[in-house]
Amino acid sequence: MEIPYTVEAHPETGLNNGKIGIWLFLTSEVMLFGALFATFIMLRLGSDGNWAAMQAEAELNIPLATLNTAVLIASSLTMVMAWASLMRGQLGRFKLFGWLTVGCGGIFLVIKYFEYTAKFEHHHYPESSTFLAIYFAMTGLHALHVIGGMAWNAYFTGPGSKVFHTNRQWLTDRVEHSGLFWHFVDLVWIFLFPVFYLL
Amino acid sequence: MSEHVDIDKQVRIYFLVFGALMVGTAATVGAYYLDVSVPVALTIGLFIASVKASLVACFFMHLIDEKKIIYWTLALTVAFFIALMALPILTSVTDQVGDFAEVEAHEPH
Repeated sequence: MEIPYTVEAHPETGLNNGKIGIWLFLTSEVMLFGALFATFIMLRLGSDGNWAAMQAEAELNIPLATLNTAVLIASSLTMVMAWASLMRGQLGRFKLFGWLTVGCGGIFLVIKYFEYTAKFEHHHYPESSTFLAIYFAMTGLHALHVIGGMAWNAYFTGPGSKVFHTNRQWLTDRVEHSGLFWHFVDLVWIFLFPVFYLL
Repeated sequence: MSEHVDIDKQVRIYFLVFGALMVGTAATVGAYYLDVSVPVALTIGLFIASVKASLVACFFMHLIDEKKIIYWTLALTVAFFIALMALPILTSVTDQVGDFAEVEAHEPH
């Protein structure tokens, strides 16, 4: 039995299954990170004025985090360019931008690795302070999302791109959906960066 | 997003948004070095972050040109998100009011 509306839009919603699915998934992600942000607020308000001291003690690297922000923003641009290339029917450019997106994700993780190892060398662990506990929890979960997004994009840019020759619209839609996830990951970082490093 | 899109126009917008996001990042870091109080720094930082997030959502995620069902789904999510954020803030305010009332009750009249 063929599943309907995998490519063509449902007459009621005007959207195909994948688009509805990814947006519902993203709403659950909003609540997941929302719960962690609510925890962050609770911990910060309940820190009896010790938050700034804990933050200073954690010695977060602002230049590295700024670089990571720029890398993630650049990856969002390459992601939409990958989708735009498919819309134009340019498979080669799609692959170029797709791999650039995966590469930017890799650079982000390498920078994060250096940040984390610097913390561990100074014996700064999640159990060291309330600030570091929520810092590692939120940035760690975000890093897992980056890994997931990279795997998703790598699949469609690599083996999944064969579909281009048989069902281009299917591939274009899937890349749009993986792009929505990738931009959400970027969006979360846009808030994590000032909240942990600057404020 | 809508089926009939002018991709060349879209691409130009993407580069403009990318530039704005980079400027926003520089502004966020710049604001950190301003000699302002914590509440002002928080307001500036979160305002810039919100503008950047809106740009990503509207243009990179195509929300500016999306179907109604997506808007309604997101409106519901925003309502729950606000309730979630209000919980710790209201708890803190309630605690502070409670502490204040306790101090007042123990003060000699």
